[in-house]
Amino acid sequence: MSRVLPLLVFTALCGLLGFGIWWNTHHEMTEVPSPLIGKAAPDFALPFLLEPTKTLASKDLRGAPYLLNVFGSWCPTCQDEHPILTQQIKPLGIRLVGLDWRDDPEDAKRWIVQFGNPYDTLVTDRDGRTGIDFGVYMAPETFLIDADGIVRYKRIGMFTPENIRDELLPKIAELTARRVPQAAR
Amino acid sequence: MKLVAIRVALLAGLIALGSAYAIDPLPFKDRAEEVRFQHLAKQLRCLVCQNQDLADSEAELAQDLRKQVFDLMREGKSDAEIKQYLVSRYNDFVLYDPPLKPGTWLLWFTPGVLVLIGAGVLVNILRQRARHVQAEHETGEDW
Repeated sequence: MSRVLPLLVFTALCGLLGFGIWWNTHHEMTEVPSPLIGKAAPDFALPFLLEPTKTLASKDLRGAPYLLNVFGSWCPTCQDEHPILTQQIKPLGIRLVGLDWRDDPEDAKRWIVQFGNPYDTLVTDRDGRTGIDFGVYMAPETFLIDADGIVRYKRIGMFTPENIRDELLPKIAELTARRVPQAAR
Repeated sequence: MKLVAIRVALLAGLIALGSAYAIDPLPFKDRAEEVRFQHLAKQLRCLVCQNQDLADSEAELAQDLRKQVFDLMREGKSDAEIKQYLVSRYNDFVLYDPPLKPGTWLLWFTPGVLVLIGAGVLVNILRQRARHVQAEHETGEDW
């Protein structure tokens, strides 16, 4: 036994290191899981980008699920994500709310004119406070928020066809499944 | 000589400018407040450049968060409340020292447990060896 023991320890160590390598290649190590999942989305009241005199309050969005897409005209990955929003997210039929984060509204308007506006509702968070409340630390980030204002899913970084299929669609399906019994009542 | 003096003055000016721009100046009311702020910011992680603390980071979000921490201090929040404010938004990851809770027991206690196991093994080997040496002495075997 005492002869086999070092070999066993060595094998266990190799297993641990192998697991570490596997874990690192299958996870985005800079991704910080949001503590907001399953909790109420933070309240906010923000001016519309195109009508700055009017504000949108978070409670105005209750009643149906929506996606809150955090972007900025300064963010190159948001440009890359833009066609995906237009071609793959919009057809899903879920409301798409844009949160223009830490951005000059004039720049954002130009960005929207240049690339097109994929959003059903578009608000600005110029000083970034609402972004901080949502725990945003990069752009783009997207939150799936249900009809009761609970955060159900967060995507850090741009959407890709793969993660729309593997992550977003199942989460949206869960929401609709949950809503049906309530609607039947 | 005069030229040298001008150069020195210019250089001093540039250095002063450089350090003034290095970190966004916050209007601390006294030294104690600044020390408290720096101490707190050193325990918080910048989410953008994740191996830097909030005190050192030049990232724009880090500047926002420093401002936010400063505002919370001014509102009279304690260090623990400020940390909780950030943790509730950005997860425990924002703290450089992970908190002690069931999910982090492995992280906190594994090194200690490993040291104990090592010490146990070492003591065991030494005892065996001592017994061996003693046995040799008793049999009077000569090597």
